[in-house]
Amino acid sequence: MPCADDTQRIAAEARRALDICNACQFCDGYCAVFPALKSRRLVSAEDLTFLSNLCHNCRSCHHACQYAPPHAFDLNLPKSLSLVRQQSYRDHVWPPLLRGRLPHAGWPAVAVMAAVVLSAVALVVVPALLWVPPETLFGRQSGPGAFYRLVPWRVIAGVAGGVMLWSLLAIGFSVASFWRGMGPAPAGVPLLPALRDALSDAATLRNLGGGGAGCNDRDEGFSQARRRFHHALFYGVMLCFASTSMATVYDHLLGWPAPYPLTSLPVLLGSLGGVGMVIGTAGLASLKLRADPAPVAASLTGADCALLALLFLVAASGLGLLALRETAAMGPLLLVHLGLVLGWFATLPYSKSLHAPFRFAALLRAAMERRGRG
Amino acid sequence: MTRVSCDCDVLVVGGGNAALCAAIAARRAGASVLLLEAASKSLRGGNARHSRNMRVMHGAPTAWVRGRYPADDYHADLQRVAGAAVKSADDELARQFIDASADIVDWLTGNGVRFHRGTDEVLPYSRKTAFFLGGGKALMNALYATAEALGVVVRYDGAVRTLHLRDGPPAVTVGDADIPIRAGALVVASGGFQADLGWLRQQWGGAAGEFTIRGTPHATGVPLKALLEDGADPVGAADHCHMVAVDGRAPPFDGGIVTRLDGLPHGIVVDRDGRRFADEGAVVGPSRYTAWGELVARSPGAVAFSVFDSAIAERFRPSIFPAIQADSVGGLASALGICPPVLESTVAAFNAAVTGGTTAGIHPPKTRLAAPITVPPFGAYPVRAGITSTCLGVRVDGRARVLRPDGTAIDGVHAAGVIMAPNILGTGYLAGSAMTIGAVFGRIAGREAAAHALR
Repeated sequence: MPCADDTQRIAAEARRALDICNACQFCDGYCAVFPALKSRRLVSAEDLTFLSNLCHNCRSCHHACQYAPPHAFDLNLPKSLSLVRQQSYRDHVWPPLLRGRLPHAGWPAVAVMAAVVLSAVALVVVPALLWVPPETLFGRQSGPGAFYRLVPWRVIAGVAGGVMLWSLLAIGFSVASFWRGMGPAPAGVPLLPALRDALSDAATLRNLGGGGAGCNDRDEGFSQARRRFHHALFYGVMLCFASTSMATVYDHLLGWPAPYPLTSLPVLLGSLGGVGMVIGTAGLASLKLRADPAPVAASLTGADCALLALLFLVAASGLGLLALRETAAMGPLLLVHLGLVLGWFATLPYSKSLHAPFRFAALLRAAMERRGRG
Repeated sequence: MTRVSCDCDVLVVGGGNAALCAAIAARRAGASVLLLEAASKSLRGGNARHSRNMRVMHGAPTAWVRGRYPADDYHADLQRVAGAAVKSADDELARQFIDASADIVDWLTGNGVRFHRGTDEVLPYSRKTAFFLGGGKALMNALYATAEALGVVVRYDGAVRTLHLRDGPPAVTVGDADIPIRAGALVVASGGFQADLGWLRQQWGGAAGEFTIRGTPHATGVPLKALLEDGADPVGAADHCHMVAVDGRAPPFDGGIVTRLDGLPHGIVVDRDGRRFADEGAVVGPSRYTAWGELVARSPGAVAFSVFDSAIAERFRPSIFPAIQADSVGGLASALGICPPVLESTVAAFNAAVTGGTTAGIHPPKTRLAAPITVPPFGAYPVRAGITSTCLGVRVDGRARVLRPDGTAIDGVHAAGVIMAPNILGTGYLAGSAMTIGAVFGRIAGREAAAHALR
């Protein structure tokens, strides 16, 4: 974990880079960072928080940089901003007790994530082993209510709901702290139009577009791969939430207990979402592992890949459950799947997942500034 | 001349914008092309890697440029900057160049280069220039990718030592190699000679040692000198440079755009002895950078200092290097190596003369933006002349063939870019035009060299 000296060094380096970028501004067509930078004469600590989270790490600016190594200025904006961004996750984590104590990078972060996820899996599996009769757990189960004979619905909803509630609360406080950390918002700007801009930017990942041709995933060639894989992952997650919500409606309002037939809405949405997540996570991880190492902060790759691995496992175990639900493997798979989902929920405010709400908040701030400038 | 004896049809000397346009055009015309870039791959692209835009004629708005910039407007702008040196600028060639600039953006787009949309709101309004998306290095990345995809052979770290133009097909010797590379035709697109300090000293004396070179360290002018020695007709002037005022702490090469000093017209500028030497308010528009480059280059020791107080400092974009600061003018003078009483009396005399945004009773006056320097801490930037390129070139015709003083062409030798830009610009400077000259004449030179080699 970086010490105070590292924190200052990282901030000073990012500020040096941004001062040079502001004097140059050749990259102003790539993403929202450069126009936002241009409206600032000097870069404050708040600006660093804002701009580093506005950066989508597309790396186009690095490949276009006349000051990149071996130039004497040794500029590496994507890497500098990645390091600041990672610090902002740590600075705004909730509860405040964890600030500066929770690792967000390197092996410690991977270890924390693995520990939380394994605990969650254990939390689901151990009581089931203790209380569910082995013939139920390891036998073939089918028909309405098959899942709930293993883990009662009330337990699933109660535990997962409780963890999710905590996580949403923690994320909410973190984002509020982050929002203040970006400095005062521009006054007199109507929120709704800016919100619409930000939603559109987030939904389309416009800032991964590099001004049209995509970003530099692997080298100086442009590609839309990263944007598409991220879309697959993000919309996959959304479809899975839609599937879960639909299943809740089926179960509670319509009185149809799971599992549902293959052609039902929850299964269709969930399958599509799960496939999207598998493709998205695998694609993003492979891009990450084959990326040009120059503009990447290597210390962050581990934690990034840990989240991708977790999401991959969540999706893969869900799809496995669907495929094998008529067999004896259903019981163990269900437990593992529920455990992984629970683990993911628990790590939401403390892992790379935090980039999503922070990025959105930064996009909203940028949209407000744009509208404020007219 | 037979093609059998040649290593390639077209040999391109240089690795910037003009060179790549020539290589691509020659390859598209069916020639085998070898390109010799003096720099390593990571620093390829000549001065073009520091460029941003291209000035193009257009009669109506295009996807890339707003408004219209008719040929006559472009011509008038060229005439204005070519100024006293208009004698060496070739008017007929200039007209041909302006016409050819009209479709150069489309040609570049067809070769993988990406431009900002003309409607892009992030850009300053310009009816005259199209902007490269991502700047000059992105432009060069795209051109190299296209050239290599077409089959142009690119050789990095390929600094040319000698040209052989007297017997047989043109040839060059690279580095320590003894065996010349022979080609059916040659395109020389190697820029100016600003990176050769010895040659600069011949023109500027000791001041040259204080200059900063804003672009590539590989613009040593070796091919230019060889062409002139082999009888090419010189154009432009060896003792003129395009230059701007830069922060004196800029790196010796490749500082590019960010080392320019923005604030000189706001405070006062003193020489190394602490005395004002020019009207800081004379030029406040975009040409202030160039104006101060010339002034500082010709000031004693070719070094000056921009001096301001903390109120004035808020009115301009700060340098990327921190201001040198002190709580008193005398203290600032000491930090700058100036005799304190001299700077104190300069500032006192200036402050006493300020009246309503201008000055009265001092020489030189400050005719605009005059404000007293009174609010500590006081700040200063060291200022030096940053050289973009030299203004000596070789005469060419409309087919980019290098000409002798008698108007005959040197067989199979073409030139493009800054090495022939004085044919159009004289010793003047017009923002964005050098890049257009590079692309337009690069394209012509490549096409003509291919035709010559394959004839």
